[in-house]
Amino acid sequence: MDELIIAGHSFSSRLFTGTGKFGDLACMEKALIASGSQLVTVALKRVDAGHQPDNLLAHLRHPQFRLLPNTSGVRNAREAVYAAELAREALETNWLKLEIHPDPRYLLPDPVETLAATEALTAKGFIVLPYIHADPVLCKRLEAAGAAAVMPLGAPIGSNKGLRTKDFLEIIIEQSNVPVVVDAGIGAPSHAAAAMELGADAVLVNTAIAVAGDPVAMAEAFAAAVEAGRKAYVAGLPAAASQAHASSPVLAFLDEAETDVS
Amino acid sequence: MKTPSFENIFRKHAWEEVKANIYAKTSANVEAALRKPRRNMDDFMALISPAAAPYLERMAALSRQLTQQRFGKTIQLYAPVYLSNECQNICTYCGFSLNNPLRRKTLTGAEMLREIDAVKAMGFGHVLLVTGEAWQTVGMDYFNRALPIFKKHFPQISIEVQPMEEDEYRALQPLGLHSVLVYQETYHEEDYKKHHPKGRKSNFAWRLETPDRLGRAGVHKIGLGVLIGLEDWRTDSFFTALHLDYLQRTYWQTRYSISFPRLRPFSGGLPPKSIMNDRELLQLICAYRLCFPDVELSLSTRESPRFRNHLVPLGVTTMSAGSRTNPGGYAVEPTSLEQFEISDERSPAAVADMIRAHGYSPVWKDWDDFG
Repeated sequence: MDELIIAGHSFSSRLFTGTGKFGDLACMEKALIASGSQLVTVALKRVDAGHQPDNLLAHLRHPQFRLLPNTSGVRNAREAVYAAELAREALETNWLKLEIHPDPRYLLPDPVETLAATEALTAKGFIVLPYIHADPVLCKRLEAAGAAAVMPLGAPIGSNKGLRTKDFLEIIIEQSNVPVVVDAGIGAPSHAAAAMELGADAVLVNTAIAVAGDPVAMAEAFAAAVEAGRKAYVAGLPAAASQAHASSPVLAFLDEAETDVS
Repeated sequence: MKTPSFENIFRKHAWEEVKANIYAKTSANVEAALRKPRRNMDDFMALISPAAAPYLERMAALSRQLTQQRFGKTIQLYAPVYLSNECQNICTYCGFSLNNPLRRKTLTGAEMLREIDAVKAMGFGHVLLVTGEAWQTVGMDYFNRALPIFKKHFPQISIEVQPMEEDEYRALQPLGLHSVLVYQETYHEEDYKKHHPKGRKSNFAWRLETPDRLGRAGVHKIGLGVLIGLEDWRTDSFFTALHLDYLQRTYWQTRYSISFPRLRPFSGGLPPKSIMNDRELLQLICAYRLCFPDVELSLSTRESPRFRNHLVPLGVTTMSAGSRTNPGGYAVEPTSLEQFEISDERSPAAVADMIRAHGYSPVWKDWDDFG
């Protein structure tokens, strides 16, 4: 697969993964490795610097993983900036998945606060990947604010409903000068393949792998789907047609010798 | 704009009418509720009705699927820390009741630190601070001192104390307050008055309006519930769900949790008026999950180990473990009188092992205060 570049860093896998919702952290570790993922999100609120059991970070110490701390749990730009600074200190990375969702039920992102936080965080040297609704105008505003990529949702987080925002993702992909990572809602490898065929630069998957009967096998399935989708996009998919091409086109008469039917 | 209030909605629902509606639900109503992708309060009534009993297997399967989708294979753990058993109320069902002759105890700062060490050593990142209702000794001054002490050691602090003013809730948040649990005990107004004959708690409406004050104060999470056994559990649970539905629409930035305390034996005890068996409690938990997919559902150590073991994959998201229900119960005075008897006496480590054995992950910390 061709390389993906975000903020000057190269990724050979275009499948990004999350670490929430796994029933077994050892199994999570195996699934993340099986996914081939090189960018792994981790909720700062789950990270414990103390001595509690079941420490998430212990399972993520692999050289191939770049950790992408997220700000899940914050409700506004001010809290996001504070969380980002904590994350930078705790995880020693200036990469950040910016999530501001004041709605705790559907975790829908707040566009106003997200833009404000992106401006503040890029000024502080963070590499910001904001999670947002599939809003093409907001994506351009975030790009101007210095976002390293944009992460529009395919459907509400954890819904597994696929690319419900497809029409808007197409516009975002067409217009974007930064990588577009489809985040949230991808519930099946076919959804991931579809996002890649659409031209997304990467996808982020969590719930569908974490709660699968066999998370390791599901991670492999997603890896294969992302690779297939990307190859198809690069190869150039034929345009879809709603009608079959007639074997005797209606304008064939133009090429035929004129005959007098009068 | 008019200040929102649940009391207005509550007054439109007559207890006996609601009860009759629930008991009149048929299998057709239950099947219709099960088919829907989104369910309303009428569906909740059907799912908690006796008519839903034969559908429990299907409800449990759906509940399991929805819970995994929304919360993953995780169970959050927390420890209750009782700070005081002083109380100026008479509650007919509570061990801390004013007329119950037990030695009263309120933890000092030094004693809090001893309890904190013990609770931290067990692995917890989330604590629930509990007191009786004693305004003079365990009021704002006390909470202003206690919260910063706990905040230094725990990322998430919940409280279960007397209902307070909106401004007081607002003032406690910068000190580390994350969530507040306030159970109505029962939504049956007449019976509520019988069970709370003395003290501020006898004011039904003041308690009923507490979640509104919490919502307006912007507290992160509000916990609701009734004391199951005081009245008909189905009707009481409908009113709890009605309250939850209203709050979710009104204070949309707030998280919500539901607890299911069943009346337990205590010193000087009240026999339950309505008995809820394990099968019915599971039905209620599944009904909540099917109608409120995102609400946190909590199961305490009041329940038996066997029941808690089986509930892990069926809808609950939160469990207490290793609980002590007496002030200083972890380290200071382990043998003093408990508020109620617990049923699951396993250590937190043993409960975590049980959760892992189900293929679920025990979560000790899932919050940081970024404010």
